[in-house]
Amino acid sequence: MKTLTKDPLNLIIAGVGGQGNVVISLLIGKAFIREGYFVTIGETYGASQRSGSVMSHLRISRETEYSPFIPSGRADIILGMEPVETLRILQQFGNSDVITIANSRLIHAAGMEYPSLDKIVEAIEGLSAKSWLINATDEAVKLGDPIFANMILIGALVGSGIFPIDSKSMELVLRESFPGEKLETNMVAFNKGMELVVQ
Amino acid sequence: MSGVGIDAPGSTQLFIGNEAIARGALEAGIGLASAYPGTPSTEIMESLISVAKEKNFYAEWSINEKVALEVAAGASFAGIRAITSMKQNGVNVVFDFLANIVMSGIGAGLILVSCDDPSAISSSNEQDTRHIAKWLDIPLLEPGTFQEAKDMTKWAFDLAEELNSICMIRSVTRIAHARGNVTLGELPKKEQKAHFDSICPVVPTLPKFIPYPSAWLHSQLHAKLDKARELFESSPFNWYTGPEEAELLLITCGSCWLYSLEAVNALKLESKVGILKLGTIWPLPQKLIETHLGKSQKILMVEEIDPFLEGSIKELVADLPPDSPHPRFYGKHSGHINAYGELNPDMVIEAIAKIMGLAYQPRDPEYSKKAEEVPITYMPPRIMTFCPGCPHRAAFWAIKNALRLDGRDGFVTGDIGCYSMAIGPAGFFQERTMYCMGAGAGVANGLGKLGQFGFNQPVLAVCGDSTFFHATIPALINGIYNQSNFTLIILDNNATAMTGFQPHPGTGVTGMGETTRAVDMEALCHSLGVQVEVCDPFDLENTTATLLKALAQDGGPRVVIMRRECELVRARRDKKPLYKVHVDPDKCLGEACGCDRLCTRVFGCQGMVWDSESGKANIDETICTSCGVCADICPQGAIIREAV
Repeated sequence: MKTLTKDPLNLIIAGVGGQGNVVISLLIGKAFIREGYFVTIGETYGASQRSGSVMSHLRISRETEYSPFIPSGRADIILGMEPVETLRILQQFGNSDVITIANSRLIHAAGMEYPSLDKIVEAIEGLSAKSWLINATDEAVKLGDPIFANMILIGALVGSGIFPIDSKSMELVLRESFPGEKLETNMVAFNKGMELVVQ
Repeated sequence: MSGVGIDAPGSTQLFIGNEAIARGALEAGIGLASAYPGTPSTEIMESLISVAKEKNFYAEWSINEKVALEVAAGASFAGIRAITSMKQNGVNVVFDFLANIVMSGIGAGLILVSCDDPSAISSSNEQDTRHIAKWLDIPLLEPGTFQEAKDMTKWAFDLAEELNSICMIRSVTRIAHARGNVTLGELPKKEQKAHFDSICPVVPTLPKFIPYPSAWLHSQLHAKLDKARELFESSPFNWYTGPEEAELLLITCGSCWLYSLEAVNALKLESKVGILKLGTIWPLPQKLIETHLGKSQKILMVEEIDPFLEGSIKELVADLPPDSPHPRFYGKHSGHINAYGELNPDMVIEAIAKIMGLAYQPRDPEYSKKAEEVPITYMPPRIMTFCPGCPHRAAFWAIKNALRLDGRDGFVTGDIGCYSMAIGPAGFFQERTMYCMGAGAGVANGLGKLGQFGFNQPVLAVCGDSTFFHATIPALINGIYNQSNFTLIILDNNATAMTGFQPHPGTGVTGMGETTRAVDMEALCHSLGVQVEVCDPFDLENTTATLLKALAQDGGPRVVIMRRECELVRARRDKKPLYKVHVDPDKCLGEACGCDRLCTRVFGCQGMVWDSESGKANIDETICTSCGVCADICPQGAIIREAV
């Protein structure tokens, strides 16, 4: 079993309502619960779920229970499902040690012009001590559904080596969580994510 | 994925607060659960109803919160433990029954859970339910952790029975919808038998379930509160952490317990600042609080939303003998903590730092500077909007056009549901009033009677299908009785969509999944003698024409039902799109069209995107649900809708 590099470990999953934040945070949280950690997850629910900016805060600790809000400037890892949302979170919760893994596929904000993706990526990299940008959505579409982007991102998080959960533990949670044929594609997506950060 | 029914005592689960409350109710051996959905309370009932058959109890989605509490009371009166859950607004709906049942007492344990919504994240207001418990003399508990949400709920049933009083649990969004460790207890296995017995055990000639004689019962109620206070003095849900003598004492409850703990740790003040965490909120454990008031000259009250503890503890201090400690209070009245909106660890850190005269720096100032220099244009805001393919977007497009064509400055009065988003750009700013469930039709009743004052603007009241049953029917009947001039639009998407597609009386399915008789809203309206038109909002032309016809009429109310199933429900079931939709780049004239980006800028569906490279509209196929409505709004016919 890997140990926490910091206690509590603060992870934020940033995305757009409908991308599956809640599912990702629950799967990751379950992996830690299995290993006896305290886990707290704060979610954006309600009206902002409808294509609004959403974030999940995960607090992981060996010692005690934390609140579902990570204080400003105190994120350790940011898992971004969308570039602008990743930057939004970095700006408020980032710090000189923060590590970012983000999906480079953008989702337009209704009625708004999307800024230059190159500039967004540059800003994300500038605010991260280390970062990976992967096109999880395009890879997911190849697997038949853009929703698999979230499993690819979990794979990337585990594959990056920055995370105190190994692929075996995560696989156990996926096996518990997805019935029959759904498991197979989710596993393919998860493994794809692992590969994408190793390359 | 909810595992509230899992029979594994001692195992640790990752539950949201709502699941923890549901689990507590299961461990208490409830026989009945009832609720009307409302964020952030919905998952309590969703969790319970998903295991009701397996665990051999009855659960229902009720027509509204008042009926839900009455349903639960019925079970309690017959000796069956019952729970009802709702959002804070729901407590207003049950208020009349609640104010009476608290006078009479109960049979078996009866619990009302209110999930309050600080910052009104998914609400029209951010009222604090704790006042209602104090006002009506109802014992109230509030969990500060997920484990406590379960344990407290289980214990609340014993408490209610011991006191012979309905009890309340107050939760807030960051408990209800946050997730944490919950270690499970045993599930009871015993058989239950229901029997209604109305003989009062104290005075057999008095009725047990009637709030009479009221003044005497009121005095009895005060005695119940005294007993509750006594029990609360030694409750494990109240605790203190910190030094024996503190420079500053925080008094807190609910979600603010973890914020307070984190704030004290972040400032490394564990040896100087103490925290008194309260879980028994009404009546307050007076002696316990008095003991801790002596610990410090300075007290900071940390709570959401109103200064409830702050006011109640100051009342308590006012009654203390003159030689008792009279510390200085900080909190909402002093301006150190906001008296509105939700709190978070940052806000508590700031308040403590201010009182203690400390500086706090969450991150390297160089980094902060770099982060603040990111241009704001890099992070365009995402507005609240309808889902791609939502029938409401089409409905409000037709409403907007019909009102414009009618030309008499007509407007929409609305209420609570997904369609509330029509107060903003999602529904083209069409909804001009939005209060509580059913209020659109109620307000329209008054507007529709102003003809004698020269009022001639057409009034369109909108409600959803679930809202129609919940609170609109009386307003419609009032309009018929009093002949008020308005059109009621029922946006019938065949689900209580905003809260997660729960069934309602019109759907033909019960909460537990049984087929039942669907209440036919058209037939119901017909029976009231009003004219009813039904149209499909995806057919923009016919919907606009139907509305124009209704707008042109005078006299009492008429009803237009805009019927189209929620796209999320349809897509989940059918697993295939309605059409294939794409933009023909040869037909889209881009900026040269003169429509000023009608599709992306005004219609505003997230599936439509402006491709700045080509200068034309495009469709993001990962977002678009292929409803095809946009094909009818493009002036060039450049959006192509093909059958699949």
